Amino acid sequence: MANLNKKNKGVIDWIDYRLPIVSFLKHSAVDYPTPKNLNYWWNFGSLAGFFLLVQIITGIILSMHYTAHVDHAFDSIEHIMRNVNHGWLIRYIHMNGASFFFIVVYIHIFRGLYYGSYKAPRELLWWLGILILLLMMATAFMGYVLPWGQMSFWGATVITNLFSAIPFIGESITQWLWGGYSVDNPTLSRFYTLHFLLPFLIVGVVILHIVALHTHGSNNPLGIDKKGPQDTIPFHPFYTIKDLFGLSFVLTIFFTVVFFAPDYLGHPDNYVPADPLKTPAHIVPEWYFLPFYAILRAIPDKLGGVIAMFSAIFVLFLLPWLDTSKVRSATFRPIYKKLFWIFVLDALILGWVGSKPAEGIYIIISRLATLYYFVHFLILLPLLGKFEKNRPLPESIGKPVLAE
Amino acid sequence: MKNFIIIFLLFSYTLNLFSAEEALKPEQYNFSFSKPLGKINKNSAQRGLQVFIEVCASCHGLKHVAYRSLEELGYNKDQVNSIAAQFQIDDLPNEEGEILKRKAIYSDYFVEPYKNLNEAKTANNGAYPPDLSLMVKARKDGANYVRSLLLGYNEPPSGFDVGEGYYNKYMAGNVIAMPQPLYGDDVEFSDGTKATLEQEVNDLVTFLTWTSMPDLENRRAAGIKVIFFLLVMTILFYISYRKIWSELKT
Amino acid sequence: MSKKSKSKKKSRRSFIHQASGAMGIVAVSAAGWPLVDQMNPSKDVEALATIEVDISSLGEGESKTVLWRGKPLFIKHRSQEEIDDANNVNVKDLPDPENDEERVKNPKYLVLVGVCTHLGCVPASDKGEYKGWFCPCHGSHYDTSGRIRKGPAPKNLEIPPYTFKDERTILIG
Repeated sequence: MANLNKKNKGVIDWIDYRLPIVSFLKHSAVDYPTPKNLNYWWNFGSLAGFFLLVQIITGIILSMHYTAHVDHAFDSIEHIMRNVNHGWLIRYIHMNGASFFFIVVYIHIFRGLYYGSYKAPRELLWWLGILILLLMMATAFMGYVLPWGQMSFWGATVITNLFSAIPFIGESITQWLWGGYSVDNPTLSRFYTLHFLLPFLIVGVVILHIVALHTHGSNNPLGIDKKGPQDTIPFHPFYTIKDLFGLSFVLTIFFTVVFFAPDYLGHPDNYVPADPLKTPAHIVPEWYFLPFYAILRAIPDKLGGVIAMFSAIFVLFLLPWLDTSKVRSATFRPIYKKLFWIFVLDALILGWVGSKPAEGIYIIISRLATLYYFVHFLILLPLLGKFEKNRPLPESIGKPVLAE
Repeated sequence: MKNFIIIFLLFSYTLNLFSAEEALKPEQYNFSFSKPLGKINKNSAQRGLQVFIEVCASCHGLKHVAYRSLEELGYNKDQVNSIAAQFQIDDLPNEEGEILKRKAIYSDYFVEPYKNLNEAKTANNGAYPPDLSLMVKARKDGANYVRSLLLGYNEPPSGFDVGEGYYNKYMAGNVIAMPQPLYGDDVEFSDGTKATLEQEVNDLVTFLTWTSMPDLENRRAAGIKVIFFLLVMTILFYISYRKIWSELKT
Repeated sequence: MSKKSKSKKKSRRSFIHQASGAMGIVAVSAAGWPLVDQMNPSKDVEALATIEVDISSLGEGESKTVLWRGKPLFIKHRSQEEIDDANNVNVKDLPDPENDEERVKNPKYLVLVGVCTHLGCVPASDKGEYKGWFCPCHGSHYDTSGRIRKGPAPKNLEIPPYTFKDERTILIG
């Protein structure tokens, strides 16, 4: 702001006096005091925001060329890929952008788990984050239906059938979702509308997420509260440049996938047009749903599986109270640190069995991993807070070395 | 614990190898486009187009591909029009409302061999021949898969019942409804290349890879530039980042 | 640290930041182009930009309307009387002076883009005070050469690029 010449300053002051956008930005994105010790794991929040923006921009563009009708959806995607100028690029960015959005968000969540970012006074911040995850899942699921390939159709059929597990009203609910007696044109059409709408809801929740964040400021790797100005630095230029560096690095990986392996994260069956008469041999959801899909299939009962799957996310809402330890960061919690990595491993195992057919050894593995998932949250974490002896916490962010 | 995760990843990968389904994994072949920066061999794709038109097109469609896009394989507009003219396509209804046939032109899409799915099924014992526009993308390891499949017709092992189909070890379930389409010398290449079975198959797969991914060459060429640019930008941002943070420490 | 080396260091520092900033600007603008270009006519639309019209069945005095680039195209087989009408005009007095010869390749066939040059309506054939076309939207009168004679339209009806492929076929576009 200092470089602005006097005349500009006059105009900006004039606007800011009437509509304080400049001072708002200055307050929340320039001067915003940020702990000075954030590591690279704190880059993933802004990365998630970036990928949300990419998805919205490319999505609006794709919607200019896409046709949401069962007779034309698949062909209109091929029209985008073959005829529209740069259409293949925009579509591949949107396709892989969804995957990368989930990658950065999952890392962002695991960062929160490791450093205890969900603990007081950030419980609502955490809740808003989970809400964003749920909205993302709904959006991604409906987006995957739009190309109307085999996986789109059968994925939609399987997932919407989950609701038929609800006692008494399940059947009516699925028919209401479908707008018919199976996944068909009315379903595609409404999924398209909702796929367009939900991202803007996500933007709304993201704004709340940031408001909540800025109320008490970012958590930090030490997990201790900041004691004064010596512990913080202004967001700009220190974290803007760090975020830009991280963004550039991740974009390099992202575009390597987009340009050289654009279909690697997708499924070949989705290049086969939807056929309601023929189920593919092996239906798998997109990779980011696999852990939850594994939990769904681990329970031999239909309703039970659905409940377990949804509980796997809803248990996260309770996490701030299930974790009874007063210490936030795993750095000072020797046992929790181990449990955290076991939990990461458990999540990976769930993802892996989710991609396998539900038979033989895979069922046993998925049941054990599901069991552990809930044991981790419902038994280990509440007990651990009572018994674990944490390492001594440093006095302040400015002098963290005392404990070493 | 991090080592644990690495071991797990290796373990799950090896398990993947063992959990092979009943179909054989496709044989790996080094196509002109197999390497990350490889290109579509235009001569091979042109021969593949000939194989497609003279053999495959009687049963298989290519509905997402327009004749005009054949220009990308090195034909000029007149050549494209004469290729298109081999096909008859439904014209718009005339003044009496009748739909007559006309020769296909530049702007048309490849004419489909059957009027609809049911006609295709009836003509082929109930198994309709799939559209080939996206075949290479619609199968895992598509180019190698299609190649292996077309070369993979064998006598069934004794006691193996193929029903009304044919034995093919690369097909899931080992039974395929399509009889062996290529035997070698099915076409006569105008450029003098000898039409052995493997030559025909390789050329056809090159052509079908292009129909699946007409963006392939542009994508890879643009990709190299973008990645190079991003690498330089990442390094510059890193230096900027270090410089700005070094002020903090002093 | 001496003053000189300090200022040298500072200039190198700002050079790096400028280079980073320049890269960022290039990246953003390069990303912008595909987002803009995707709205330009796509390949399938461009391929339809050229059409062939068979005029063998068009009798004298008859006209035919075909669709070209989403717009109506009038092809009129003019009678001798109409051709004479088009020529017996004092060109200098017209709002948009043009000779009839400049507007046709073969005087018998007049090819016009059927879009009124006023605000884009489609004029009706064989209507109006000059026996050519009449635009019902705001009352523009065109003559048998498609020239504006009366009304608010500023220009004559546009002539599309075309050639006679042979005597019976016109290639438009």
